[in-house]
Amino acid sequence: MTAADATVAIEADGLGKRYRRGWAVEDCSFRLPAGRVCGLVGANGAGKSTLIRMLAGLARPTAGRAAVDGRAPDGNDPEFLRSVGYLAQDVPLYPRWTARAHLALGAALNPAWDQDLARDRLDLLGIPLDQRVEQLSGGMRAQVALAVAIGKRPRVLLLDEPVAALDPLARREFLASLAVLMAGHDLTVLLSSHLLPDLERICDHLVVLVEGRAVLADDVDEIIRTHKLVRGPESARRALARRHRVVDDDSAGPVASAVVRLQGPEPDPACELHDLSLEDIVLAYLAGARAARTVPDLALAGAGEGR
Amino acid sequence: MIPLRLDSGSGVPPYLQVAEQVRHFIVSGVLAPGDQLPTVKEVVATLAINPNTVFKGYRELEREGLVEGRPGAGTFVLRRPDGPRPGDLASLGRALDRWVAQARAAGVDDRAIEAMVRAALRAGGDEAEAIA
Repeated sequence: MTAADATVAIEADGLGKRYRRGWAVEDCSFRLPAGRVCGLVGANGAGKSTLIRMLAGLARPTAGRAAVDGRAPDGNDPEFLRSVGYLAQDVPLYPRWTARAHLALGAALNPAWDQDLARDRLDLLGIPLDQRVEQLSGGMRAQVALAVAIGKRPRVLLLDEPVAALDPLARREFLASLAVLMAGHDLTVLLSSHLLPDLERICDHLVVLVEGRAVLADDVDEIIRTHKLVRGPESARRALARRHRVVDDDSAGPVASAVVRLQGPEPDPACELHDLSLEDIVLAYLAGARAARTVPDLALAGAGEGR
Repeated sequence: MIPLRLDSGSGVPPYLQVAEQVRHFIVSGVLAPGDQLPTVKEVVATLAINPNTVFKGYRELEREGLVEGRPGAGTFVLRRPDGPRPGDLASLGRALDRWVAQARAAGVDDRAIEAMVRAALRAGGDEAEAIA
């Protein structure tokens, strides 16, 4: 752990947002160390956009508190806006403006604007500066939006599904741009996405949202190290639920089979352990939450103890 | 630049994949002592992976004494790892070929063979830990 890792860039503490229909985000708590790229995943309607909008200072929390780069999010606080960049889902550009005009606007609005950083990125990618952005490809538009977001040299960048609308190559290029920025600057990124393989490449931290709550928030290597698929005889099932956190149980008949977060000693030697990809692990959290809603289950009832 | 790649969904942490590939290039002589490893920026620009992954992978190799980070200059190969001689590898490979042929002849399918190899590696790892 370096010193940079010790600083917290984003903190949510019991954060909640209630709309007329109910809680979009509820009792959401997690901490993101500075210098990380954090993926935010969850089913549609899990509250990802609402959470990001609260962190960006665009939605006021109903409960709890948040801090981004040490400040309470406030869309009217110039200091806050200087240090936090936000890119909404539907790439917010003026269709009839050129990329050059967007950069000029960025320069006019931001005292600390870094024109070289913004401009070099577009030059490097061969993006024409003098065409209306509506004539550019989706991938180029996303890169222009990223250049505008990064030009003000934010310390935290919040991206809501930045690559959802892009083709695979444009997506890869966008993430590569983000990675290069991370390598050269003191920057923390939180990005939401459904594309788990992308997140597996670019993220070193992950937050899983289920019904507005952060059910998992940790370092990716740590997540992969501690989560296993455990299979064994039915008799091992109860001990498994007692000692470890069962994320998703799909035991059937005589076979106990569950995705667990290992806590302490390894399970019964009668059980076999299988490694899981980040995608498998995230899916287990989403599936486990669904199962918990429908069938109260022995193993899942034990799952709460570990928390 | 040496071609690094990332096998998504393999369950092996990406930083270990980076370390393993660079180690392989050093063992096979593609990278010789004194050679510079690709910069973090170069790697992330082509692979679109997290820079910390590359740092962490390189740090792993540094810990093993195979490479050395020189502040402001980059990361350089120090030495080849101690490892099996190429001749030993070849004869072990031939022995494994014979074993696989035997297993297949006994009706063990490939999936079961892989499971046996994994189990043997795990058991071997436990023994090594017990000794240490």
